[in-house]
Amino acid sequence: MNLSQALQTLVLAMAATCVLGAEDWLQFRGPRGDGVSASKLPTRLEASSLTWAASLPGRGLSSPIIIGKRVILTCSSGPKQDRLHVLCFDLEGGAIRWERQFWATGRTMTHEKTNGAAPTPVSDGERVFALFSSNDCAALDLDGNLLWFRGLGRDYPNASNSLGMSSSLLVVGGVVIAQVENDSESFTAGLDVGTGANRWKLDRPRRANWTSPSLFKGADGTAFVALQSSMGLSVIEPATGKTIASYDDGASTVASTTPREGRLFVPSQGLTVLELAEPGQPLKQIWRSAQLRPGTPSPLVVDGRVLILNDGGVLTCGSMTDGTRQWQLRLKGPFSSTPVAAGGFLYCVNEKGLLQVVDPTKPEGEVVSELDLGGTILSTPAVAQGSLFVRSDATLWRIGKPPENPL
Amino acid sequence: MAPPNLALPAISLLFTSFCCAAPDTAWSGALETIKCIRAQGQGNDLAKPAWKLLAAGPSSSIPALLEAMDGANDYSANWLRSAVETISQRDVTRGGKLPLDELEKHLLDVRHTPRARRMAYELISKTDASRARKLLPGFLNDPGSELRREAVQQVVEEALKTRSNGDKAAAIAGFQRALGFARDVDQIEGIAKQLTELGQKVDLQKTFGWVTKWALIAPFDNVGGAGFERVFPPELKIDLTGEFDGKANRVRWLDYETRSEYGMVDFNKTFTALKGAAGYAYAEFVSPVARDLEIRLGCKTGWKVWLNGRYLFGRDEYHRGVEIDQYRMPVQLDAGINRILVKNCQNEQTENWASEWEFQLRITDSLGTPIVSAR
Repeated sequence: MNLSQALQTLVLAMAATCVLGAEDWLQFRGPRGDGVSASKLPTRLEASSLTWAASLPGRGLSSPIIIGKRVILTCSSGPKQDRLHVLCFDLEGGAIRWERQFWATGRTMTHEKTNGAAPTPVSDGERVFALFSSNDCAALDLDGNLLWFRGLGRDYPNASNSLGMSSSLLVVGGVVIAQVENDSESFTAGLDVGTGANRWKLDRPRRANWTSPSLFKGADGTAFVALQSSMGLSVIEPATGKTIASYDDGASTVASTTPREGRLFVPSQGLTVLELAEPGQPLKQIWRSAQLRPGTPSPLVVDGRVLILNDGGVLTCGSMTDGTRQWQLRLKGPFSSTPVAAGGFLYCVNEKGLLQVVDPTKPEGEVVSELDLGGTILSTPAVAQGSLFVRSDATLWRIGKPPENPL
Repeated sequence: MAPPNLALPAISLLFTSFCCAAPDTAWSGALETIKCIRAQGQGNDLAKPAWKLLAAGPSSSIPALLEAMDGANDYSANWLRSAVETISQRDVTRGGKLPLDELEKHLLDVRHTPRARRMAYELISKTDASRARKLLPGFLNDPGSELRREAVQQVVEEALKTRSNGDKAAAIAGFQRALGFARDVDQIEGIAKQLTELGQKVDLQKTFGWVTKWALIAPFDNVGGAGFERVFPPELKIDLTGEFDGKANRVRWLDYETRSEYGMVDFNKTFTALKGAAGYAYAEFVSPVARDLEIRLGCKTGWKVWLNGRYLFGRDEYHRGVEIDQYRMPVQLDAGINRILVKNCQNEQTENWASEWEFQLRITDSLGTPIVSAR
């Protein structure tokens, strides 16, 4: 390679890095809903890796989402967790740009481990849609102006779970998808992004369900949404809510499906990998592994590997091709948060606030660094702008500065 | 009062009226639009431009927006709240001043809705914390739970200090005073713990004001959860002397009185630990006058409640948790005898944590003050 070619390669690589580094994180588990970012983050974490920390006015399990220079986060506060907060932080310095609060209109009772701000908000890049355990949903523009408000727990008064609700929102094709599934008045609704009115409402299995919907694309690029429940999986058209395919062999009600390259990695009977067959036909099973058993954290698929973290902290790596178990690594648990992957490394934060960076390319996997954030963390991190964003009940952290001079 | 500081000249004209007179027509129209929002997102489309107009207003419009929360439904109240926040955060960021005197006037007028008064308090507190703090003791008997809670907490903290200084008698007096005004369950329990540690007996059953005397009948069939919707004889007519076909045998009403501090009406105690069973509890509550109150229920299995033969609400959720005042049902009690019927269903789960078949019920005002039967 001559100098000119080398420079060209370097410029292209830098451009790619800039584009990828600038990728927003608009929903639970990122742009593809799989928890994987192409961004490179620092892997040797230490106290100086903390770019900023911001105090929070309430509790939450929801993940931050990142839209350009804005970091959006939800919290709930008050003795009954009935004060609902949507906050916008400045990405660079962590200052609060704006805060909006709402009075919950639905039931706010939850198990003490969770709280009112469990679902992660979603953005279409222009608007923010924030859902809470009370099934209250607010739509705001990026400057915090209210666009609409729905009290789904008030509109449908038996749509609640005394342990709390946690399903995160999706937005696709002008529809906000809210999976409001529980033992009683169980449904999934498609809400109009402009007004919040129901575009469609689908009756769903009457069983408690804490999983989030997954967006994926069929072979022709058509977007579909997978709704997971104790019964299995339903694939729906986001515009109409019409079910086009299903899988009925049961699935977890906690860990969510991970979409990857048109396939669905479903926490079912261990782990079952499915893909769309012909329209109207059941989903086609590619493989199933009883050795890969997700607990609370959802599966990750990174560079040909399936990575499953159980609640106790055992990280299991399997082949993406057939699920064959390759290695197991014990991390310091317990875990509720799903890890994220960036630059090929896993970022796993346990319930005690210990962030562990894992290199899954090593023959048995390897923890390469740890950073003790302190405090209880049950939330899944977000990745954007070359940084990791993690929240506890009291603090939001930005970890890992972007390179000051990439040249 | 200084003229409002507005970004938009047209709107500036619109809002000058807040300085000295009633808001103008466009503002009032926007407010009405917000107050017309209903369930299912009805009115959201019209509310968006109306909200924008209100939110562009000056901080001098905040008291009027708070006042508009009186009688507003929960959807509209949230839209109004958001407008107030938008105005206050924008104006404070620009170095503007909130109308603290008007906010205090709104706060101190207990005819206004409690949450709007609380919002006024928080706005004052953010701007002038010492001014807010001076007002706090006046909210000890407030009709709003949040203001009251904070005032009670102040008394609790004083009592804790007194206790740590070794003045037991003063601490007991302080905690007892706090208990008399406390309405939030966690606060009551915290105060009761302090008093118990100081050797004082706290009658929690009386403090919470449970309905303790019931007639029970069970078991009816709830195999497969089908009994939740099935109508058994007590739903058709209360006949306390009757005998009916139950799940396996004939069943009849039995007198029951709970001694639980938490008012639990425990079907397992009377009928043994049954599965796939439904039971009923009946109580009479005497009110000297017709009045608006709340029936508050805690139950971790399927339930339905009727008042004077009218169905109130029901829920077929099993073993997801229970807490005091888990469900609040606004009701109008008749003068005289009011008949309360509770259906309580147990499912067929066999785990240890799925054994409870019980409920707790009390009648309170909207603040949570227990109201007991006149006889």
